[in-house]
Amino acid sequence: MLRVRGLTATYGEARVLQDVSLDVESGQVVTLVGRNGAGKTTLLRCLMGLHRSMEGTIELDDRDITRLSPHQRCRAGLGYVPDDRGIYASLNVEENLTLPPTVGPDAWSLEQVYEAFPVLADRRRQAGTHLSGGEQQMLSIARVLRMGSRLLLCDEPTEGLSPLLVQQIGDILRNVKAHGVTVLLIEQNVHFASTVADRHHLIAQGRLVESLDNAEVKEREHELLEYLGI
Amino acid sequence: MDGLLQQIFNGLVSGSFYALLALGLSVIFGMLGVVNFAHGAFYMLGAFGAFILLDSFGLSWWLALFVVPAVLGIVGMVLERTLVHRLVALDPLYNFLLTFGIALILQDLMRLRYGVQSQPFSRPELLDGSLNLGLFSYPKYQVFVLLFSIVISGLVWLVLTRTRVGMVVRAATERADLSQALGINVGRWVTPVFGFGIALAGLAGVLAAPMRAVNSSMGGDLIIVIFAVVVIGGLGSVFGSVTAGYVVGMLTAVGNFYLPALSQSLVFILMALVLLLRPAGLFGREEGVHA
Ligand SMILES: Nc1ncnc2c1ncn2[C@@H]1O[C@H](COP(=O)(O)OP(=O)(O)OP(=O)(O)O)[C@@H](O)[C@H]1O
Ligand SMILES: [Mg+2]
Repeated sequence: MLRVRGLTATYGEARVLQDVSLDVESGQVVTLVGRNGAGKTTLLRCLMGLHRSMEGTIELDDRDITRLSPHQRCRAGLGYVPDDRGIYASLNVEENLTLPPTVGPDAWSLEQVYEAFPVLADRRRQAGTHLSGGEQQMLSIARVLRMGSRLLLCDEPTEGLSPLLVQQIGDILRNVKAHGVTVLLIEQNVHFASTVADRHHLIAQGRLVESLDNAEVKEREHELLEYLGI
Repeated sequence: MDGLLQQIFNGLVSGSFYALLALGLSVIFGMLGVVNFAHGAFYMLGAFGAFILLDSFGLSWWLALFVVPAVLGIVGMVLERTLVHRLVALDPLYNFLLTFGIALILQDLMRLRYGVQSQPFSRPELLDGSLNLGLFSYPKYQVFVLLFSIVISGLVWLVLTRTRVGMVVRAATERADLSQALGINVGRWVTPVFGFGIALAGLAGVLAAPMRAVNSSMGGDLIIVIFAVVVIGGLGSVFGSVTAGYVVGMLTAVGNFYLPALSQSLVFILMALVLLLRPAGLFGREEGVHA
């Protein structure tokens, strides 16, 4: 579904991604795992078209989207859940949900969203940023589901959340996957990652260094944790 | 007491102009991050537009009220597309210099053609005379300006808070990049928003023609106060700009009444106070337009 070839990205003189090639199969949940500063967020921003100084090609379902602007990529089916959650202070919860266009046939209706996330229904008229961190994360994920995106790009959705909320996010992601949506997920918590994902890509200093399946992650969990410095 | 009330009324009428101008300036700043120094010049062009339509074409002020803002709005959009747009990605200083230059050029062009003296402009017949407001009587025209500006500000506020267009503008001004990633073609909205802000300045100019001196420097005199108003209200806050417009108008008039010596500097004293106590302005939040 997603094919990335030879992706290199720079901030000024600094090269933060080096020749990254990555494939995500349709219907899979794939994680990017790596230390702070490894380049994970930059990779997602490149995919979304938000980071412009890059080389390489990005294909979505055999269509080259490298030259498309972010809003065109969104309409092509990419659903972005940014690391800061991207909730608007000047929009209420419902406006935050309905701001983006629907881009796919499987777009959730507002009713579906509110059924799955009752807390958003209760607070639909409040400013988006009045929600708690966990609720904002739900809102950010709910937003891309309502769009009907085919490939979700989630940047550390569990960061800073309580174990209970992390579990909830896990349920949501498994549910999303069951609906046939593909997910590329940045995740530091390798144990959590192995409960939601099919494959894991290890990223270090801007390079993809290894690709593991769940069994390998379980086997090497201690080594990975040590490597990630957690 | 009557004198004070009358001053307050005068202040609110001045505030009407502040509000309309600050509103446009604020929306433009929120959406483009551009401090439009030419705003006062477009206000001046609005007043001259009404004058030219009447003087050269015999078209009534009522018609000018619609035609002039529309024409200036289009001029604004062309200006955005051809010049402002090219500099948006650079340091904000470039657009500051650009719009400052445009203001000087427009001002000089009008001076070249019409000289420095003010052009005569009489009130529309329908709004001539005064209205008895109980405690004192007040020129009908001024009452009209006050009500009209309140209606326009209210409408803009409704559009911003209650419509899809308004929602998109709020989102795009709060976080342009994110809005792009969420499927909003932000670039498509920038030009009309700029044109709209300019149209509001033109509208204020048309409203000013029958009650203020119509001359080439009328905009330059006003723009500095408008900047103070926008800062007091909170950069990018529509509600703040409008409210600050009326408040500043009123306070300046009252100050004029009690402390005539301070009347010119009162706005800036107020601005300094607000900046000290609330650096983001009275209604400022993050950068970006919000209601
Ligand atoms: N705006 C920027 N300007 C310059 N360098 C940047 C910028 N943003 C990130 N970097 C650098 O690029 C590298 C990759 O950053 P990135 O945010 O992609 O890492 P990350 O893997 O997402 O880290 P984290 O786990 O902390 O979110 C880091 O070394 C970072 O310092
Ligand atoms: Mg990151």
